[in-house]
Amino acid sequence: MVKVFGQYLLFLQSMLVRKERVRVLWNRTLDEAVSIGIDSVFIVSIVAAFIGAVTCVQIAYNLTNPLIPKATIGFMVREMTILELAPTITSIVLAGKVGSSIAGGLGTMRITEQIDALEVMGINSTSYLVFPRILGAIITFPLLVILAMVLSILGGYLAGTLSGALSAQEYIEGIRDAFIPYNITFALIKSVVFAFLVSSISAYRGFFTEGGALEVGASSTTAVTHSIIAILVGDFVLAYTLL
Amino acid sequence: MIEVHNVHKNFGDTPILRGITCTFETGKCNLVLGGSGTGKSVLLKCIVGLLKPDIGSITFDGTIFTNNKIEIRQEIRKQIGMLFQASALFDSMNVFENVEFPLQMLTPDMSKEERRDRVEFCLKRVGLENAGLKMPSELSGGMKKRVGIARAIAPNCTYLFCDEPNSGLDPLTSIKIDELIYEITHEYGITTVIITHDMNSVVEIGDHIVFLHKGLKLWDGTKDEILNAQVPELKDFIFSSSLVRAAKKVEQEGGTIETSVGEPIQGE
Repeated sequence: MVKVFGQYLLFLQSMLVRKERVRVLWNRTLDEAVSIGIDSVFIVSIVAAFIGAVTCVQIAYNLTNPLIPKATIGFMVREMTILELAPTITSIVLAGKVGSSIAGGLGTMRITEQIDALEVMGINSTSYLVFPRILGAIITFPLLVILAMVLSILGGYLAGTLSGALSAQEYIEGIRDAFIPYNITFALIKSVVFAFLVSSISAYRGFFTEGGALEVGASSTTAVTHSIIAILVGDFVLAYTLL
Repeated sequence: MIEVHNVHKNFGDTPILRGITCTFETGKCNLVLGGSGTGKSVLLKCIVGLLKPDIGSITFDGTIFTNNKIEIRQEIRKQIGMLFQASALFDSMNVFENVEFPLQMLTPDMSKEERRDRVEFCLKRVGLENAGLKMPSELSGGMKKRVGIARAIAPNCTYLFCDEPNSGLDPLTSIKIDELIYEITHEYGITTVIITHDMNSVVEIGDHIVFLHKGLKLWDGTKDEILNAQVPELKDFIFSSSLVRAAKKVEQEGGTIETSVGEPIQGE
């Protein structure tokens, strides 16, 4: 365990020494950001909208006390979405999609000697392959989380109003009530940390794949599992320290 | 010239290379010959820096490569071209981009037009001038090897390493790939090191041959000397090939073996 963690830290360090030219890295980062971001918009949108809708319906189902105003439903959807659901669930979804893609891609490059080919050319393979992926994830995760926030709250609005659980006026009133801007900052900090964890853990798992196609699949699975655990642990640590 | 001095490499407690000392000469096709599991590929990986020898040193034209500063190792690596066993072409790039890649990375001062000209020249040199837009998945095994060679020579490499260039190819394509490597080596005065267990390659292109057995260098010499070498392990290896047995018989008893490629094997 300690050995693996040490190897992971050395792996991260290796991409910062002997960096490739800025222009090359910038172009690669943009490519990766587009690949991670655009390809994930659909799944993130679907998940976020339905989570918002379900959250709204379930809160409405539980709030039966007539003394509690119905606007509280909107308030709770907003708080849950911004503080937890949008950054954490989106990152877990992305761990499955982006994490497996990064680990599978690098694992395949490893077993087909493409990484060796880069090293033989004198190119720092971690700097060229891994650094742009991590940077691309750090750029796109917060954007996807913002999108998830908007769609989740919108999903709650549609589910709440169409099911008749509350009126549009009540939902909007709840959404605007006692808004704390820091919560947005907190959610974005979480998304950046989760982006780093997902991309670096997945890259590490893929980069050190040994064997054949079976091991590439195993690396992808391990990458996703470890990324999700890291997200959950990171979520607790960040909530404990920053709230 | 590449000098390998007393190189040892263990994987765990298993010794793979046991004190290999040999020299690979400039402008020649240097073959590392041996059966499976004798440490040929490990030796190659040690030479190009993908593995670090436990003991011993490797020198490129007088400059020590092992345990030297990373900057010096990088400079040497930029002069290395390598053809991998499975070609190792980048899946996400087409043939043109694969060949252009080392130029983009290693020669930033080169203009786009110069790069294009160089890539076209290299592709033409390996006979693939019309395959630039194909993806690696659309190529045959022989074509992949050719693209691998074009990519290796694109940045004007000084040292060319080929890890079993004939593996997975039919005999005719193997000979063509061998001839291409041989021509390029002599045309550009490159120091070429080829890992092989193919006796046809030895007969066709082996200027200088090093024979490995169980991690030890048992013999080195030229292709003219190899048939008369007095090393039992090497004899076993050589004469396991029926073609070589036939050639030896022809040499001793007279006659000719004619093929559509290469020189006819002529007896006395």
